[in-house]
Amino acid sequence: MELICPAGTPATFREAVDAGADAVYCGFRDETNARNFPGLNFSRDELREAIAYARSKGTQTFVALNTFMRAGDEEIWYRAAADAVALGADALILADFGLMAHVAEHYADQRLHVSVQASASNVDAINFLVDAFNAKRVVLPRTLTIADIARIAPKIRCEIEVFVFGGLCVMAEGRCSLSSYATGKSPNMNGVCSPASHVRYRKEADELVSELGAYTINRFAAGEAAGYPTLCKGRFDIADERGYAFEDPVSLDVMGEIDALTAAGVSALKIEGRQRGKAYVAEVVSTLKKALSAKADDRPALLAHLRGLSEGQKTTSGAYEKRWR
Amino acid sequence: MRFPATLAAPLNVIPMAAIERTTSMLFQRVTTQHPHLFARLGEHIEKRFAFMPTDIPLVFVVSPAQPSIHVARRLPVPPTADASVEGPLFMLLALLEGRCDADALFFSRDLTVNGDMEAMLAMRNALDDCDIDLPRDLSALAGPLAPIVGRVAESIRRRALTEEASRWN
Repeated sequence: MELICPAGTPATFREAVDAGADAVYCGFRDETNARNFPGLNFSRDELREAIAYARSKGTQTFVALNTFMRAGDEEIWYRAAADAVALGADALILADFGLMAHVAEHYADQRLHVSVQASASNVDAINFLVDAFNAKRVVLPRTLTIADIARIAPKIRCEIEVFVFGGLCVMAEGRCSLSSYATGKSPNMNGVCSPASHVRYRKEADELVSELGAYTINRFAAGEAAGYPTLCKGRFDIADERGYAFEDPVSLDVMGEIDALTAAGVSALKIEGRQRGKAYVAEVVSTLKKALSAKADDRPALLAHLRGLSEGQKTTSGAYEKRWR
Repeated sequence: MRFPATLAAPLNVIPMAAIERTTSMLFQRVTTQHPHLFARLGEHIEKRFAFMPTDIPLVFVVSPAQPSIHVARRLPVPPTADASVEGPLFMLLALLEGRCDADALFFSRDLTVNGDMEAMLAMRNALDDCDIDLPRDLSALAGPLAPIVGRVAESIRRRALTEEASRWN
């Protein structure tokens, strides 16, 4: 089972490699990837050095080019793909069918992974991408249960990677317009969900109020764990009740289901969090690496303290074990 | 780990000029050791960042463009800055070195961030990538006492980080 780890900066990249990542995924410092945050990501020179460092330690480097190309500006994405190939990326993680076609046509030997942003969630969609673009791996959307994955795995002709730890999306990846609605910017087109430029936190009496654009997203009581102000994790007044309409401010953690995921046909486990710091990445990667080789009974104790690093200080198994309100 | 109140109290009476001179010397040493420290700030390089320790009576405002640091006594009114972060001194120093996870500390409400979130996020990412090691970077200023100062500083840092880690666990 491979452990695929995030890196937003060269320092974090080295931490992930040193902590035992089998592969590290990262992106260029522009809108070609879905973590286009200020101060984050890699220049071409930084990626060259990172790939060389990873190679020296037997670790692979995956480059995420997983936003959707803007009409008329395709060259930005084509140039990023050309540079990632030339720099020696072990795989490109792509979401846009047009970019997949471009890479398959111009760089036939380049390993291509289907990003979670492509939202390929059924046998026909995945096999289409395998046949059309020679995709070698699909990162499944976080909409599927483990039983769903087990049903899909034997019928598709590529490897499966799933998210097991980190930030949890509202599960309409590549199709979500909530951030775009509130701020005009989306992870799909601009690489940013709920961009920091539109985020404000302010104190109001004892409460911490979080705002996104013109919207109040949440009010946290004194001492209550806080979260990012994304619309999907907002607390709203609905009828006579105030509560989380879509998703609680919690993070994904399904490391307790490693054996079930392995049995279902998963070959790689992915950690979310290219926007997180090197202390987080080092702690999470080293802990999950230990958990992978630990006995099932020993895993809960290993994993328990990671909860403190999570959004809302709580974790969930998300859709892997579906329990809708 | 909070900064001991008995050590914080004298900061109320030490002349600001002395505090400012010492702080500027330490800041200059760090920026000399890490010339690319603020390279990741991009368009935010012209902004001012306030670091406000909650357990000492001082605030620090960094202007990366110069680069320079200004120290002032803590007042009820926050200093003029585009973005500010507030928390215990050792926690802020741990963040400076990238040894604590800023998001986790923000979620747990140990840190408070105000103002331009994008600028502060860029600053967090810039600091996180710089491999600052304060005992290593600053101990040389102690001249012949550098090895001793470095060891003492490392010991204090180890203790502070151990307490922080135990809270996560």
